[in-house]
Amino acid sequence: MTRMTRMSAEQAMHQALREEMQHDPDVLLMGEGVATKQRDLVTDFGADRVRNTPLAEAIIAGTAVGAAASGLRPVIDLLFAPFMAYAMDALVNSAGKLRYLSGGQFRFPLVAIGMTGTGWCVGAQHNHNLEAMFVHAPGLKVVMPAEPADFKGLLKAAIRDDNPVLFFADLGLLHQEGEVPDADDFIVPIGKAALRRIGSDVTLVSYAKTVAVCLEAARQLADRGISAEVIDLRSLKPLDEDAVLQSVRKTRRLVIVHEASGLCGIGAELAALAAGKAFAALRAPVVRLTGPDAPMASSWALEQAAVPQPETVTDSVLELVAYGASAPHWLGDALPGGAMATEPVLMKSY
Amino acid sequence: MDHEQDIAAGPLRRLETMLLIRAYENQLVELQRNGAPGTCTSVGQEACAVGVVEALDVRDRIVTNHRSAGHLIARGADPGRLMAEVLGRVDGYCGGRSGSLHISARELGVVLTSTIVGGELSLAPGVALAQKMGKGEPGGIVAVFFGDGAACEGIFHEALNLAVHWQLPMLFVCENNQWQAFVHRLETMADTAIAEWARGHGLPVETVDGNDVEAVHDAAIAAVAGIRASGRPCFLELSTYRQRGHFEPDDQAYVDPAELQAWLARDPIRMQRERLLERGLIDAVGLAAMAQHTRERIETALAFAQASAWPAPDSLLEHVYA
Repeated sequence: MTRMTRMSAEQAMHQALREEMQHDPDVLLMGEGVATKQRDLVTDFGADRVRNTPLAEAIIAGTAVGAAASGLRPVIDLLFAPFMAYAMDALVNSAGKLRYLSGGQFRFPLVAIGMTGTGWCVGAQHNHNLEAMFVHAPGLKVVMPAEPADFKGLLKAAIRDDNPVLFFADLGLLHQEGEVPDADDFIVPIGKAALRRIGSDVTLVSYAKTVAVCLEAARQLADRGISAEVIDLRSLKPLDEDAVLQSVRKTRRLVIVHEASGLCGIGAELAALAAGKAFAALRAPVVRLTGPDAPMASSWALEQAAVPQPETVTDSVLELVAYGASAPHWLGDALPGGAMATEPVLMKSY
Repeated sequence: MDHEQDIAAGPLRRLETMLLIRAYENQLVELQRNGAPGTCTSVGQEACAVGVVEALDVRDRIVTNHRSAGHLIARGADPGRLMAEVLGRVDGYCGGRSGSLHISARELGVVLTSTIVGGELSLAPGVALAQKMGKGEPGGIVAVFFGDGAACEGIFHEALNLAVHWQLPMLFVCENNQWQAFVHRLETMADTAIAEWARGHGLPVETVDGNDVEAVHDAAIAAVAGIRASGRPCFLELSTYRQRGHFEPDDQAYVDPAELQAWLARDPIRMQRERLLERGLIDAVGLAAMAQHTRERIETALAFAQASAWPAPDSLLEHVYA
């Protein structure tokens, strides 16, 4: 049986870093305060491999890219995800493109970590779920875990990957605890979603903090006799398309939930995926429940108003289940106005 | 080659390499006139490339930019494979994926060429850090080539600060060619700004006539020796001039003709040729033979590039990921 220890997501990340630095002498950690905050790593692995940096994200990222191409496996902590805007050139133009443009002469095994998400009331310049921006950049991989075990397993997988991986850590999850496998060969493969709850009436797809929102909604729906399946994507690039399609073909309804804004987001991609590859299975329009196309406020009340809540998910699923109930599903959109049980909910932003 | 021999052979070799770079880039200009993709040439800046690259050895790495033909050729790149790359063919150094703008040749130690102005400065410290941490051959340094335009990017300061503070074995080479795309640098900075900014970061800085290949070479030899001995970075500002436009084609209508003429009179190849004639290291017959040899190499290169196949369309998605 797998031995487990209860710890926070932040502790799980630290354990992953420690194990991978032990496992591979080429792994090094750089960032503003990594050596200050993780003295034990400096003690065990030396100041060469655990480096505080100037407060300059562009050169932190650029240095990581140059070092990765030269035989090291850097992990950089860029603190808050919006600071990655300063690091975009190195990550997007160099790490994501120079392997391709050089005809495969270089590889860039590096990990860039950024925190984001609601919960700390830090406002839009520290809280911006911009993961989809990096999904749109070729040559990069993007992960965003929801559970402490995945924080460990995905960070280890990211460090071992030969490609640049963006690791987004949801602020609201960092201090939440969970069971984490002790094994130092525990790896969560990049590109594999996790089925968090089995259901038959609707598929709820999410990642990071809103996985818990979906699980709470699923419990509320169960009380009303509706069986919701919950998928935690874990990786946003590559996306586990098969996991989503398999579930949608079974439940025939799809709701995507994320804190990031909706326009050109992960939800849009999954809606297109379902429309393109599971069209015949769908009984109702695909619904996206996302943050708004607006900067995030600091106020707790406005932060919470901006992101999907369990009740929002539950209400949307109830509408979806009622949608087209009086007519064959394949007639749904062709029915004259008023004949539908409810208006289709194409997208809601909260 | 020992030092005594190099006193005679070095200057001749540097002239020949500059001639090859010039002929190669003139050939690219002609290809562009016939419909090939345009390039950013380094015509007029050959002494910078040759003088510095000849001061490096096989342990060293070069990180360069979009105006890279001189650095590559001085490092021994095959003009045929370079030209094939510019024409988008499979035999190019990058299989045709780069074109002229971001040619890397790992086998020559020319790594991570970035066409984002300032990108080269962001990447080079990491290459040097890896060398310092035991990757690559012991004692290797990184020479990073950039222009006065890149010196206006914030990353210029970030890279210098990190290199100084982390004691990275780096040679910063600013080829100050007076032009930042379509803007003269004196519109954007004080005349002596680049060297002063660099000095402010606390590393040895020297400003050198970038059109005098021997002056560049001497300064680079000294700088490289200093970097190897100390493990710390040095900075060379090479004053030179971009004789052609930012990109081909470019009518240069924005260029002051008097300024251009003054710099053409100090053309680096002309200066080296006159120097060698004066010193009796070459004569008219020797120059003609050198020119002929260069012409033949470019003809061979062109034939090779034009005979090279296009990449197969089904190779489109190769090398996106490792």
